[in-house]
Parts: sequence; structure tokens; C-alpha cells
Amino acid sequence: MNTALNRKQIAWRIAQEIEEGSYVNLGIGMPEMVANYIPKDREIVFHSENGLLGMGPTPDKEQEDGDLINAGKKPVTLLEGGSYFSHTDSFAMIRGGHLDLCVLGAFQISESGDLANWATLNNSKPPGVGGAMDLAVGAKQVFVMTEHCTKDGQPKIMEHCSYPLTGTGVVNKIFTDLAVIDVTEEGLVVREKVVNITLGELQNKTAAVLFEPKVCELRAPIL
Amino acid sequence: MIDKRVDTIDAALSGIEDGSTILVSGFGNAGSPIRLLEALIDQGAANLTIVSNNAGEGEFGLAALMKAGRVTKVICSYPRSAGSIIFEELYDQGKIELEVVPQGTLSERMRAAGAGIGGFFTPTSAGTLLGANKETREIEGKLHVLETPLKGDVALVKADVGDRWGNLTYNKSARNFGPTMAMAAKLTIAEVKTIKELGEISPEHVVTPGIFVDRVIKLREEQ
Repeated sequence: MNTALNRKQIAWRIAQEIEEGSYVNLGIGMPEMVANYIPKDREIVFHSENGLLGMGPTPDKEQEDGDLINAGKKPVTLLEGGSYFSHTDSFAMIRGGHLDLCVLGAFQISESGDLANWATLNNSKPPGVGGAMDLAVGAKQVFVMTEHCTKDGQPKIMEHCSYPLTGTGVVNKIFTDLAVIDVTEEGLVVREKVVNITLGELQNKTAAVLFEPKVCELRAPIL
Repeated sequence: MIDKRVDTIDAALSGIEDGSTILVSGFGNAGSPIRLLEALIDQGAANLTIVSNNAGEGEFGLAALMKAGRVTKVICSYPRSAGSIIFEELYDQGKIELEVVPQGTLSERMRAAGAGIGGFFTPTSAGTLLGANKETREIEGKLHVLETPLKGDVALVKADVGDRWGNLTYNKSARNFGPTMAMAAKLTIAEVKTIKELGEISPEHVVTPGIFVDRVIKLREEQ
């Protein structure tokens, strides 16, 4: 029986962790899904690095406006109370430590919280970093949303990243399809894991030492 | 009488020389001065360095200028996007140089240029490939890299409303790099949809004060 979480369920799990009143930036791609699962009774303000605070959901086709897009260049809306500002102000919010949380995807994460998510070792395509380095360094907390292993089964959580780094020692918490892991001064601490995997199996899928003082069950509704 | 309005694109772009560094506003197509970029092909300036968040898409605007062989270097945060075919072709053929800069650093380097700041230290990119070979300093226990100002000979900025003094407002997330680039170039040329009489833009609503703007041209929206 496969009890690994699907991507929607990882997004749901992260959403439960976001506190009322937080200012949050969701990275392009998978992390954007987190917005769909914020508990209804929580007011969260989403930031987009191209100059939006109070970003709302995707508009209907006929309401789309080419001048109102998110960091992934997709059409969005602005909620009441939202604001527009320049890139300089937007990155002052990011780099000045004003964002409570950023959720980013990852190619690799190291046990000391290094993040690699902007370039691989494949040099055939021109590299692009966007706002990833600013977000990784600037947000008060960085959550990573990722599959535990690559498509061909290689660990993404390791002692040292082999891909070019986005930032050093920046990740606070890792949410995967198998576990929730805190990055601490002492190392990687498993807080939750899905029920049908043993700690030994989880360790085998991880290329760094996992500490397991008290592990809870990682659950999510069917999504 | 101060009058920064110009009637023709030729007048707007006059005097731009070969070898210029040109700051180009926009995040994707939002806020990209597409008409001015295409008119720059006829204007004839060559061997240009373009500073912009992205490297164009399709075969219009910035991509058209690149296709015409006028651009030798691009300084940007994220060159690749859906449809950045022209850039990728030129890059593969070794015909265009690329400098990748983290988005917040790109914006802040221009702000520094505009504000007369000789450089700044930031933790963004410290300990990464993009921070390699940069002067570093540890500030409050955190490694920082020295970044230098990025000044333009010219800025091409797409705004929304302008007046004869050069005051500008923008539309939604099309604001992005406009206000910062306007202050960072020796010659700032703004494309607007509407020109209003002095005083019709509330002083409380002016986003870019006219001191940063040299020429304003009213252009119809691209179809």
C-alpha cells in the first residue's frame, strides 16, 4: 500500500502550518498550490515579487488582465486591501526580513539547511535565478516543498548539495511526500512521517542522518 | 517652459548611441515598452547591453531587437521563459553574453545607481556561484557580498499616465522595474497611454516624480 502524500496533500499539510496574519511568498510551481488549502478562518497575505501584496486567486478568463500577473507570469487578482509597488519595494520586503514565510521548491537540501533550487549541473540551457536567492536569504522562515526523492529514486536530502546553491543554511522545515523534517542546529529532526514507512526505510531514502526523538503520524485528507 | 512630451518615436529615441547600456522595464510582458524596443531597431543603435528582468519572448519587443542583432549582452535575473526562443538561439550560438543577477540585487543595484550609492553589501548570493569572486564581509554574523551600482545610459520605461513635467503613474503589476530604472539612467524615456495636464495627476499619486524622466511619449496600446 502506497501511503505517500500526493502534491495536493503536501500543499495541504504546509497550509496548516501557516499562522494567522502571516505575510507569505509562495515560490513558482508546486508551492503555489499551498494557497488552495489555507484554512478558511485564517487571514494570510500573499506577496508576489513582481509587486503585489494581497494577491488573490486566478481570475475567470474574461477578467484576465495582462498587467496583473504573478511571479510565474500567470494572471491573478488583487484582494481588497491589496497594493501594488515597484520591484525595489518588493525586494525590500523580501530582503529586509518583512516576509514571515516563503515556500520554495528544491532540487536538493543539505542537512545544514543549504538549498539548491536554481541550477543543475546541466549547462546546456542558460541559467536563470529570478528571485530565489533573495527569498531564500530574506524570508524569516523558509519551508521547502518537495518529493522526498528524485524521479529515479535518488535522495534529495543529503549531507552536502552537489548542485549549485541558492543559499546556505536557509531552510527551516522540509515537507515531503513522506515526512516533515525540521532543520536544526543539531541536524535533521523528523517530526512526522507517513504511517506505512518505517524510520529505517525513511533513512534509506535520505542521504543524511535523521534524528527521531518523537515522530508523529503525517496525515492529510484525501485530495 | 518645461515640456518633456515628444510627438514622435524618432524624437523619443534620438541620440541613443552604439554601445549603450539600456535599462528596459517589464516583468514578462507586463510593463515592457514593446513599441519603443521595436522602434529602436529602426533607430539603428547597435552593440547594446540590455538590463531587464527577462530576455524577451516570441519575436516582438526585446526579442525582435535581439533578432535584429543589436544586442551583445543581457543582464537579467531570469532569461528563460515560455517563448524566449530568440534569446536561447543566440545564446546557444555564442552570439550573446549573459550576466545572471538575483532579482532583488538587480533592482537594488539600479536603485543604488539612481540614489548615488557606491555599492552595498547583501547576503543574497553569498556562498553561491553568483557570489563567487565578489568582495565579502561578515556583518552581524552573516556573510555578505559587495554589489556595485548598475547605471544605464538610457532607460526605456512603460508607464500609464504622464504629464509634461514627466510625472508618471503605472498600471497594476506593470509598475515592477519602471520607477527604479527611471532614476538609474542618464536618459529616461517613458512610454505612456495617456498624457494629462499638469495637476491632473494628484501629487499624492505620482509614483515617479518628473525629475527622473527626460522624455514622455504617448503611444497607443499594442494590439
